[in-house]
Amino acid sequence: MAIGTEPATAQRPGGNEPAGLRRARPWWMRPAVHTALIGAVAGYLFGHWLGNFLASGYQQVKHADINDTPIVLGYVFGTVGWLAGLGVFNDLLRQMAGRPAAGRDRAADGGLARYFRYSLDHKVVGIQYLIGMIVYFLTGGLFALAIRVELLSPAYHVLSPSAYLMVVGEHGTMMMMMMSSVIVGPFGNYFVPLMIGAKRVAFPRVEALSFWLTPAAFIILLSGVLFGGFPTGWTGYATLSVQAGLGMDSYAVAFGLMGLSIILAGCNIIVTVISYRAPGMRWSRLPVFVWSMVATSFLMVVAAPVLVGGMYMILTDRTAQTAFFTGTLGGSSYLYENLFWFFGHPDVYILALPGFGIVAEIIPVFCRKPLFGYRVAAACMIGVTLLSFLVWQHHLFDSGINPDMRPLFMLTTELISIPTGFIYLVAMGTFWQAKIRLTVPMLFALGMYINFLIGGISGIFLSDIPADTTEHGSFFVMAHFHYTIMGGLIFAFMGGIYYWLPKMTGIKLNETLGKIHFYTMFVFFNSTFLPLFAIGLMGQPRRVFEYQRQLQTLNDWVSVSAFLLAGSILIFVINFVWSTVIARHPEARDPWRSRGLEWQVPSPPPAENFARIPQVLSAPYEYGVPGAPPVADLDPGCRAGRAAPGRLMRQGHKRFLGAPDEERR
Amino acid sequence: MAAPSGASGPAAATPGQPQARHGVRIFLIWLVASAICDPLIWFVAGPHMPPGAMSSSAVSQRFDITVLAVMSAPVVLGVFIYFGYALVVWRQRDGDQEDGPPIHGNARVCATWVAVSFALVLGVFAFGMVQLVVPAGAGAGEGPAPIWKPGGGAPLQVQVIAQQWIFTYRYPQYGGMETPQLVLPQGQNVQFNVTSLDVVHSFWAYQLGVKSDANPGVNNIAYTRPERLGRFHVECAELCGMLHGAMTGNGYVVTAARFQSWAASSQARLAPVTKTLPPYAATYDPTVIPQLGKALTSLGINGAGGGFYGPQVPAQP
Repeated sequence: MAIGTEPATAQRPGGNEPAGLRRARPWWMRPAVHTALIGAVAGYLFGHWLGNFLASGYQQVKHADINDTPIVLGYVFGTVGWLAGLGVFNDLLRQMAGRPAAGRDRAADGGLARYFRYSLDHKVVGIQYLIGMIVYFLTGGLFALAIRVELLSPAYHVLSPSAYLMVVGEHGTMMMMMMSSVIVGPFGNYFVPLMIGAKRVAFPRVEALSFWLTPAAFIILLSGVLFGGFPTGWTGYATLSVQAGLGMDSYAVAFGLMGLSIILAGCNIIVTVISYRAPGMRWSRLPVFVWSMVATSFLMVVAAPVLVGGMYMILTDRTAQTAFFTGTLGGSSYLYENLFWFFGHPDVYILALPGFGIVAEIIPVFCRKPLFGYRVAAACMIGVTLLSFLVWQHHLFDSGINPDMRPLFMLTTELISIPTGFIYLVAMGTFWQAKIRLTVPMLFALGMYINFLIGGISGIFLSDIPADTTEHGSFFVMAHFHYTIMGGLIFAFMGGIYYWLPKMTGIKLNETLGKIHFYTMFVFFNSTFLPLFAIGLMGQPRRVFEYQRQLQTLNDWVSVSAFLLAGSILIFVINFVWSTVIARHPEARDPWRSRGLEWQVPSPPPAENFARIPQVLSAPYEYGVPGAPPVADLDPGCRAGRAAPGRLMRQGHKRFLGAPDEERR
Repeated sequence: MAAPSGASGPAAATPGQPQARHGVRIFLIWLVASAICDPLIWFVAGPHMPPGAMSSSAVSQRFDITVLAVMSAPVVLGVFIYFGYALVVWRQRDGDQEDGPPIHGNARVCATWVAVSFALVLGVFAFGMVQLVVPAGAGAGEGPAPIWKPGGGAPLQVQVIAQQWIFTYRYPQYGGMETPQLVLPQGQNVQFNVTSLDVVHSFWAYQLGVKSDANPGVNNIAYTRPERLGRFHVECAELCGMLHGAMTGNGYVVTAARFQSWAASSQARLAPVTKTLPPYAATYDPTVIPQLGKALTSLGINGAGGGFYGPQVPAQP
């Protein structure tokens, strides 16, 4: 076995440092969001002053009469102040001063207040992420509606060209940036320890930091609106990004912060899964969702540093007068394109793989059958992860890169469709002779499969260089990635919410509203994005506010559908708020009769997740297997008379606890 | 859980008649659907597939897209039909609390799936390579050192200069004249030399099936041969700033004789302007244009210091 059954130190959420006896200070004196805001403002003011002090004399500043350095330094120090106000550095500074760290959440931290603090409990961080991600998603969605309003007319009519470009950039960046953690954040952080039988994550402070960087990035990105936005879209291509006005700094800093956030989140998950698995949790018994989290985390850790580097170079080009991306001064715009897409392509698999993991986790439960081809599913995750680093130049087929590079990338891009296709093999095998229950999570999983298939096949069209000549930079690409990201990932996200919210809160979401939400979202999603394939093939480029007159009917259809799609998401928000805040109908511990280890603890789980580290006995997908042991023994070593907890029993376990249908006490 | 599963349904360990029946049914439905869909795509949709038949690249791309559509339709149909069949036939009946058969995997099915998808991918790749090489690069920008060039004589050179926010065209074989009109002769190979003066743009001649990014300081070459007369649409396909959406125009394919007369008359008409332009080159550095250079230097803007990118005129985000 990889680790012994007696952990070397007692596992407590938040760490083992002695808490000591501390008088609880009043809520407004303890670090939380309000102190963070104060810190952010103070930091911004300091950074702004520092920037003016440093850069006012630069030639570039004098000529352009704009100084980017105070804005950039203001954002950076504002973020440092935000984190300091939250108390992120408190333990670090204490230990540097030779005093013990305060560490864990106190039991006095109950109720809603802990969600506004720098909490070291992974479950609290998961819920913080969930609310944050929903807020970011809705914000990005509002920008999308503004885009569709503008595109109702072939000429510009509601938004000026520069306002339209601001909206396009904010929508794309908000979605791509914030949604990189849309599943890893809420569900990865919440459920990975529960699924592997751990009481905590490996690095709770790092995990909480990864969350608290996201509101900072969100606010910084939105503040770009105050500067008139940025003109480059979410891709931020040089040299336009060097030329652009002050809003570009908000893009670069926000994206850099999110890059940092996902690196931290990824590190934490990898180490947690490698080191904190319960005894018996072999890699061959790991839930597929955890496999997808590990694969995604590797992508995050390896790809995001390149993004941070690219953003850093944009910032120095704009402030410190470097010339990384300026051809006439010795740099190259291609450098940015390659740096960005070296991150950007793994980024889309960071978005896609968690979706695969969730649906593969959901379907065995509602088919009452084992997951077909567990090894195939794991191979899918690993194959996609490895290959995703070898395909990025397919975004650059027409850009003038070395022509003999292109066939190689055409081949690798087409090859990556093979492991991606494995999730369909797994799904189809699981459906074979199954007993399918169409609950709301299962509906969303099916929707994900259907939408992702359309998106994935359109990817084949794009990977083919001759076809890509017409399709690149057009609405065909938009349709492709909206199908894969929104149709795939967001449908999986919704499925995950309906599936796991009873576990996280002990409250069930209204099933009728959930079904209405699904059917309206599915219908209007397809009616919004399917015509975009045609619009792109008929010659409308991306990010334009004017288009050919004959495309107006299709564009109007898409815009109306987009508003109806927004209505379906409103139904979700109403369901979410109504069910969790107003109606609050309690749910059983395991309403879906799932064998997953996370369902064997009470809903919501206690602070320590498990009273004792469980002994894992089988994989979670053994539905229909005659005589299969339960997924884990939650009280190992206590039923055969041995006193020491966690000891491995030699004569086998005669009485099993933790069966899915028994209430665990 | 697992307890009463011994009595649940046909034993899955031995593949028997019921399983084969489902498989055969699904296969037949799929066969019929594909047999209907693929000819529809090929014969009905095919002739109307974008980007049309106006040039050699457009024709090859239309063929390419149609073939890809014909190949992907059975894949999409297969998955949808399977899902639909499963949702109809394999639903859990009311009151049935038992689990399904414990099928963990099937090595033969998985191996077949991998082999078939591998073969399909290699086939699509081989087809794509042929469609890329034979039509001399399929209208895509190949960079300054293209490797797939058209045969049959020297092509007409057209330089596409992209700047914020207009395309202009220089014809080096006609005195280096620069005109906002794009006129091409029918039946002759054309070499587009695409470059930019400021930020990254992309020259997209839709009906010609040509797309080539315009990078500052880079000459991006794309080839095509216009076959049919008519008008084609030119768009910028890479976000280049505020008026990217308005950076559109038209081009014309005319007979060779008309092209000659247009070129000669334009060259004569534009001769005074051509004299003031910098000499024709593969790329241009706006900071060292001789005529402009004096003006810039007198303003104190020289190569270093980032002066080229400011002040912000016209003001944009």
